[in-house]
Amino acid sequence: MVNITTKDFKRNDLMEKVIDKNTIKEEKRRLWRKIINRDKYLLLMIIPVVIYYIIFCYFPMTGIVMAFNKYRTGSGLIGLYTSEFVGFKWFKQFFSSVYAWRLVRNTFLLNFYSLIFGFPIPILFAVAITQIYNERIQKVVQVSTYLPYFISTVVVCGMITNFLSPSGGIVNMFLNKLGIDSINFLSLPQWFRPIYVISGSWQTFGFNSIIYVAAIMGISPELYEAMRIDGANKRQIITNLVLPSIRPTVILILIMTLGRLMNVGFEKVYLLYNPATYETADVIQTYVYRQGILSNNYSYSAAVGLFNSLINFTIVFIANRLSRKLTDTAVW
Amino acid sequence: MKTTERNIGDKIFDILVYIFVTIAVLVCIYPFIYIVSVSISSGTAVNRGEVWLYPVDMNFEAMKTVLRHKQLWISFANTFYYTIVGTFLNIVFTCLAAYPLSRRSFFLRRRLNFLLAFTMYFSGGLIPIYIVVTGLGLYNSRLAMVLPVLISAYNVMICRSAFESVSEELYENAALEGANDFIILYKIAIPVIKPTLAVLTLYYAVSHYNDFFNAMLYISDRNKEPLQSFLRRILLQASMEIMQTTSLDMAAMNQSTLQVRYVCIVVAVVPVLMFVPFVHKYLVQGTMLGAVKG
Repeated sequence: MVNITTKDFKRNDLMEKVIDKNTIKEEKRRLWRKIINRDKYLLLMIIPVVIYYIIFCYFPMTGIVMAFNKYRTGSGLIGLYTSEFVGFKWFKQFFSSVYAWRLVRNTFLLNFYSLIFGFPIPILFAVAITQIYNERIQKVVQVSTYLPYFISTVVVCGMITNFLSPSGGIVNMFLNKLGIDSINFLSLPQWFRPIYVISGSWQTFGFNSIIYVAAIMGISPELYEAMRIDGANKRQIITNLVLPSIRPTVILILIMTLGRLMNVGFEKVYLLYNPATYETADVIQTYVYRQGILSNNYSYSAAVGLFNSLINFTIVFIANRLSRKLTDTAVW
Repeated sequence: MKTTERNIGDKIFDILVYIFVTIAVLVCIYPFIYIVSVSISSGTAVNRGEVWLYPVDMNFEAMKTVLRHKQLWISFANTFYYTIVGTFLNIVFTCLAAYPLSRRSFFLRRRLNFLLAFTMYFSGGLIPIYIVVTGLGLYNSRLAMVLPVLISAYNVMICRSAFESVSEELYENAALEGANDFIILYKIAIPVIKPTLAVLTLYYAVSHYNDFFNAMLYISDRNKEPLQSFLRRILLQASMEIMQTTSLDMAAMNQSTLQVRYVCIVVAVVPVLMFVPFVHKYLVQGTMLGAVKG
């Protein structure tokens, strides 16, 4: 008997809409007020955070316009927007200079060598630590190897500089004992990359191995037992059980590291390099610092910095895509 | 027969593992032992290159010279100030950001999460940030050591997922009893995620203690400089600062610059290294936090 079609429904809705246009507006406002009232404390909490992000993150982002104009020193914050527009002048200037290629190459190579040399060591080390069954020894080993991670860059660079010093540095004292003449390592361009990469690995390998140790500890003891019963030796257990089990962790960390490929540790380069080693040591960020903060070429260096940010953005984006595809985990 | 073969193979394997681990530990610890030994040896022994592993003609003259230097204590006091105030504000703001972003019902949640994540992808770069901070009048202000690094988006995300793992029921019950979100955050959510906050406190504190970059950019007043700026002058810039102030002291003449530098390293590093073994447990948890999905 009762035969309501969808058509009727629609017509009904339409009529209501026409009639209650004002009430709907009123309803919406009421709803908003309800939401705001419900979330008012959450809003109160987040407001200081939002203000902070606007001032110290998003406002500087809009300041990027200075890369396209001619910022005058001392013109303050207003000067970011009111200076003369020059288009891509600074970018052209940078790319036609001898620096562009050298900086990109150095930034890339320092990270690339750090990755090649520094990435496998924590994994090998984690495998080795987990072969130690005495928990106390294991803890002592772990703590003593990640100590360097907590030392400041200034101190690490101070150690490097003074150890390698030609006058009284322990490395050169040792070389002299072997009958080799002192080498002034930090003023020779060919030594910069090895020094940077090896000291970086020294500082981080213990700390970076913690996550792999945790992953290996997570493997069920029954799997070990099963392999033992099947007559596997330790080497076989590692290649057939341990390494495959930590593969997802390894891939995740690799992708995270790749995401930082053009993001070199500015401080360490800055504290270790000098004009004699610029050829291999100067990276984009140190150049931006010298040009901008030290020589007051603000707009030019902001342009170079923007170029660096864009590269980083692209790499992180690709790395994240890759991560989602390979491991179902987005890093960010 | 087969088992003995396997046992021999495993023995060799164990020996290789122990050799590898021992080398790794020595490589990490030897530089520190050497530095400590140099700092408590006699200046003449150091100059003659006699110190390799253990202290020679133990004496504390170099140590005394450095500890008598006033600027060291000024910068130390500044660093403690920046570390304590900075870390406290870091934790407060991280919680204030993470808690609302963790509540599923919060109507701005998705939008603000996106804006937070975006800052990890892209930043204004060094120069615009420098101009904004100095434009706000923060040059040579103590706030310049705290404000530019007030919130780390990455740490907010770690904190957020910790809050998310708190059961929704706890929140609902508290809300039914009339608690507002500030009370819930302070009385329920924060106590539950204490282990995570411990890790974040450690990370924030270490980064404040070690911060040199912000000081280089924004602090030129020596009365406000942190320890790392002072260390940089002594360790890396061939500064004769400490030697000069004590030049009247005949004992100081015997000390090499190198020795004074190593003493400075010892003094600077000891507070951090004493602390680290006690937080081992939290550190292990901490690296696991980093692997949570954002």
